Amino acid sequence: MYNKGTIIPGLIIFIALVTFPVWFNGMTTAGDLPKPDLPPNGEKQCVMPVDYMRANHMQLLNEWRDNVLRDGNREILEIGGKKYPKGLQMACMECHSNKEKFCDSCHTYAAVDPYCWDCHLTPADVKSKEATH
Amino acid sequence: MDKARRTFLKIAGASVVAGMAAPAVVKLTATPALASGHAAPAAHAPAADAHGGGHAEEAPTGVRLGMVIDTRKLSAKDGLLDEAIAACVAAHNIPQFPEKKGEIKWIWKAPFENVFTDHSVHHGSKKVTGEDFPVLCNHCDDPPCCKACPTQATFKVEASGIVAMDFHRCIGCRFCMAACPYGARSFNWQDPRPYVKSFNPEFPTRMKGVVEKCNFCGERLALGQEPACVEACKGTGAIVFGDLNDPKSEIRAVLDKEFTIQRKPTLGTKPSVFYIV
Repeated sequence: MYNKGTIIPGLIIFIALVTFPVWFNGMTTAGDLPKPDLPPNGEKQCVMPVDYMRANHMQLLNEWRDNVLRDGNREILEIGGKKYPKGLQMACMECHSNKEKFCDSCHTYAAVDPYCWDCHLTPADVKSKEATH
Repeated sequence: MDKARRTFLKIAGASVVAGMAAPAVVKLTATPALASGHAAPAAHAPAADAHGGGHAEEAPTGVRLGMVIDTRKLSAKDGLLDEAIAACVAAHNIPQFPEKKGEIKWIWKAPFENVFTDHSVHHGSKKVTGEDFPVLCNHCDDPPCCKACPTQATFKVEASGIVAMDFHRCIGCRFCMAACPYGARSFNWQDPRPYVKSFNPEFPTRMKGVVEKCNFCGERLALGQEPACVEACKGTGAIVFGDLNDPKSEIRAVLDKEFTIQRKPTLGTKPSVFYIV
């Protein structure tokens, strides 16, 4: 083989670069599946089964939003004896109170940036400016 | 003259006359008076009645929430209006900017001449010239803002008559602000969050680039509570809230008894907020 000295190191560098995502994810924690924190208050039940929520919580939130704002349907849901007013702040974040450890863990992994919290408040936001009266 | 040309001119002339006359003939025969069909006369009767009825308004249907603000009672107690405004600010996470420019207003104070521009203040009483009046969204029966909104982010809730906002849809074009004759809408020129004094956990804040206004406390009504400003004036009767279409409601009793005025009634928006001055 001619030019063995350049071709073989070149190939090695090429393969290393091409497989970079594989070994980088393997060596660091960047590729680990996210483990969102369960509700700190120990709540085990949600408005829908876990599988459904994992896949479709965004549709459910949009549905609630349209119910409340556009259709005037603010009916409070009662599931398993617990009452859920339709709302991100009023229902979801009552249990999933830590946005960083719950919502963000998957959203960051999936590289999605929902704009919910541009307006909606997390319990931490509320705590930062608690009503004094 | 050539024979062929002569025939051509005759035919051309006849065609022009026929072409001009045909639409008129079709129109004449199509009118109900001349049509041979059995156009039901009953179908035309209500329309004729409506025109003959002059300025009579349509019979109200459904719920239409409204408000009567008794400014006599409101100014009788010092600071009552400020309390009502503070209650609204706390309930809706309304930012308080240090400067007036770009302020966010849901319910605010304005002098008589700015509130009732149709009324003269020439030789006005002390009340008219010296006092501030509360102003808020009028939740018009015929809201111009909703017509201007290109995304239907603001719309009339048919079940309650409230002119509501869906901040999710607002693109910040501010057409509604131009359309509103009452200046009841405010635009978020900057992130309002740092300027909110204390957060109400039950209500969101807004973000930079959306328009906001009074929502008649739709979220509180759903829980069976009164609007925040009404609750702040509880016991004084300064603000009466209720269904304008319900003849038995408290608000109708007040409206039947007292002389009330509305803001800019000549515009035909039919405001739902009434004032006793």
